[in-house]
Amino acid sequence: MESIIRTEKLTYSYAAAEGEASAPVLRGIDLEIEKGTFVAILGRNGCGKSTLAKQFNAILLPEGGRVLVSGMDTLDEALVLEIRRRIGMVFQNPDNQIVASVVEEDVAFAPENLGFPPAEIRARVDEALRMVGMYEFREHAPHLLSGGQKQRIAIAGVLAMRPTCVVFDEPTAMLDPQGRADVIHIIREMREEYGVTVVLITHHMNEAVYADRIVVMSEGGIAMDGTPGEVFGQVEAIRALGMDVPETTELLYELNKAGFDLPLDALTVEACAQAISRAL
Amino acid sequence: MRTSSAAAEMYHFDKGMNQLTPIIQTEKLTHKYGVGTPFETTAVHDIDFSVYAGEFLAVVGHTGSGKSTFIQHLNGLLKPTSGRILFRGEDIHAAKETIRDIRFRVGLVFQYPEYQLFEETVYKDIAFGPKNQKLSDAEIDDRVREAAAFVDIPDELLERSPFELSGGQKRRVAIAGVLAMRPDVLILDEPTAGLDPAGCDAIMDRIRAYHQSGGHTVIMVTHSMEDAARNADRMVVFSRGTIAMDDTPDRVFARDEELVKIGLGVPEITRVAIRLRELGIPLRGPIYTVEQAVRALCARKGGGADA
Amino acid sequence: MLKDITLGQFFPGESIVHRLDPRTKILLTILYIAALFVATGVVAYAIMLAVLVVCVALTRIRVQSIVKGLKPVVIIILFTAILNIFFTAGETVLIQFWKITITREGVVRAAYMILRIVMLITGTLLLTYTTSPIALTDAIERLLSPLKALRIPVHEFAMMMSLALRFIPTLIEETDKIMSAQKARGADFESGGLIRKARAMLPLLVPLFISAFRRADELAVAMESRCYHGDKGRTRMKQLHMAARDWIALLLGLALLGGMIVLRVFGI
Repeated sequence: MESIIRTEKLTYSYAAAEGEASAPVLRGIDLEIEKGTFVAILGRNGCGKSTLAKQFNAILLPEGGRVLVSGMDTLDEALVLEIRRRIGMVFQNPDNQIVASVVEEDVAFAPENLGFPPAEIRARVDEALRMVGMYEFREHAPHLLSGGQKQRIAIAGVLAMRPTCVVFDEPTAMLDPQGRADVIHIIREMREEYGVTVVLITHHMNEAVYADRIVVMSEGGIAMDGTPGEVFGQVEAIRALGMDVPETTELLYELNKAGFDLPLDALTVEACAQAISRAL
Repeated sequence: MRTSSAAAEMYHFDKGMNQLTPIIQTEKLTHKYGVGTPFETTAVHDIDFSVYAGEFLAVVGHTGSGKSTFIQHLNGLLKPTSGRILFRGEDIHAAKETIRDIRFRVGLVFQYPEYQLFEETVYKDIAFGPKNQKLSDAEIDDRVREAAAFVDIPDELLERSPFELSGGQKRRVAIAGVLAMRPDVLILDEPTAGLDPAGCDAIMDRIRAYHQSGGHTVIMVTHSMEDAARNADRMVVFSRGTIAMDDTPDRVFARDEELVKIGLGVPEITRVAIRLRELGIPLRGPIYTVEQAVRALCARKGGGADA
Repeated sequence: MLKDITLGQFFPGESIVHRLDPRTKILLTILYIAALFVATGVVAYAIMLAVLVVCVALTRIRVQSIVKGLKPVVIIILFTAILNIFFTAGETVLIQFWKITITREGVVRAAYMILRIVMLITGTLLLTYTTSPIALTDAIERLLSPLKALRIPVHEFAMMMSLALRFIPTLIEETDKIMSAQKARGADFESGGLIRKARAMLPLLVPLFISAFRRADELAVAMESRCYHGDKGRTRMKQLHMAARDWIALLLGLALLGGMIVLRVFGI
């Protein structure tokens, strides 16, 4: 399968304060994201996942090693614009991504930067707004929208570039449950209906269960890498890394300790209930 | 909806609480925005609410249900359009002195409290509340150190700038700033918002500890049904500006269909139990923690169909 | 709530004035103000006033809103009136008591001054009432774009203005929240003299500033992630078009200015 993002021995550290040694944030990471997949990246605060995400679209550049986006090296300044067009990014704070006072003007920001003719921009804006279900709000003022709606506008703003891959850096961290559900729904739809590659960085385990692959980071390196079933099934290992498993997995794990024999990869509520009912 | 006061009384009697006067009470509390303009909206109407000393109360409700507007009345930040708020039986708006004083008696920690840090040092920021209470330097020092220790902020950090700390540490400093006022009631609006699971656990652990030390009253507004389930003695469910349910978590989660209709979720484990019920495997008892589910399922497995 | 304040009040509408290109409106306002300063004499002022009344009627905005917009300037108007009434030397004395002389010339002069200020402010109000802040920023950027040849950062200036406008409601909301949080710890923003109140602002201003810097940082990253790289190669979705009505309106504006010049030259 074609790789969209590939990192080779990627190293990075933040500039140190005076008198202190710089702390490496990314330690020689080798990671490959394949086209059309949905990869979730998990890890405790400070493990380097946000820093890694910003390497994907050349917001940050490697100190050592390199990052290739569809074969293009992020260190090559001439290619940065094309890289950023292909790898869209959605961030945690909905407010701090919105640039305009009218929804459709904000969604138009990216295509305007890319120099498309006005009619083309209009078409992309409408398309993107429809994809996130916010077309009726196109003439509204963003600051009057809810957090979930603002985040959907931010996603539309990225989709207007027609990226190959979208990286989501904790997109639901500041949203209420309704907003979270809406955003996750769109993320899954993007992947399933439009074939967009998705990289989701999150703390919420129950969002990661929908991914094809889970990468767990710890202290600047990759600690675990596998399907959700494989990764969450290793309950002890996850806990040792200071993280938690989805409640469904926890339930199955505890039931197994009490004598049941249940598969640990029944991650969704539905799968979990089915697995339990079969055992009884 | 009226509070199920008979149930509340019974339950408080069970818990051995002798005080039957609520520490905070509201009577027909109504708050309208933009009164007299064409944009008048009612945020909350006719709220009869009470919380008893020593309780851990969870307040849940979808965004826009009025819960955030409501809690700002309890410490006098907002004035009701009509209705009364009573602290230990006294109307808090009766006199000017009471209104200023109530903020120190009822401490309110807002969402993302770390955004309100402003002082040069952590010490000074935590001291802001006690300073406004016009306490002596010795007393302030006492309280700052006590509060900082309580939220696991070590002494070395006291002289640092709050802006050098990590997100989790900043939040704990902000909470300490309210604890330092030694309020009788602590209200927290989504204290774990935006934190990772480890951070959530750390904060909830401190809140639980606070509740258990010295019989403090805690009111926690939360979107996490799991957090409410695990910690609250009682849950108040807001919906569209009124109280839809006011009961123990057991009884609130038993009404799962209603909760879904209101637009609220139930803990994930409860959803598993609901699905099992649909698949022909009803489980006994309230199921909203993993432990409860395991117990119920083991009982079923062991005792057959009538567990 | 603080949130309800809209700066540079804009009343959306469909009147012909609303539908004019914002650049036309800015130029017309400039022409009108220029004409105001040229105008002298009863005939000229009458024409200027008539034109203004017609424009106000065309916008279909309620007169109360215009009057409300004039309220902040009442003091200036009164001050100017008093200056002119009491301190103008003239021949026809109307009232005289103590050292104070009120001449007919003084009263006339005051009347002209008041009218001029009122027309000036009302003319500008018509601009902001019928043109949204974004449209205004857009228009200013395009009108000034020839200056880019002189290496003047017109685009950057316009971007800063539109970002500032976008964030005003967000910052107001945040100010509200920070104020509530500090009040919950006993902060007092009301009592005390000027110095006390200024110091009480620290718990409000410091968090706001810090938050503003953080926002700016995150926003910059978000903008770059969406391929922002300055003005080069940048296109716009919303195009401004000059329609027939715009050209006609500009011609009329020029005619007005010309007319005022003529009237002044011929002493009418």
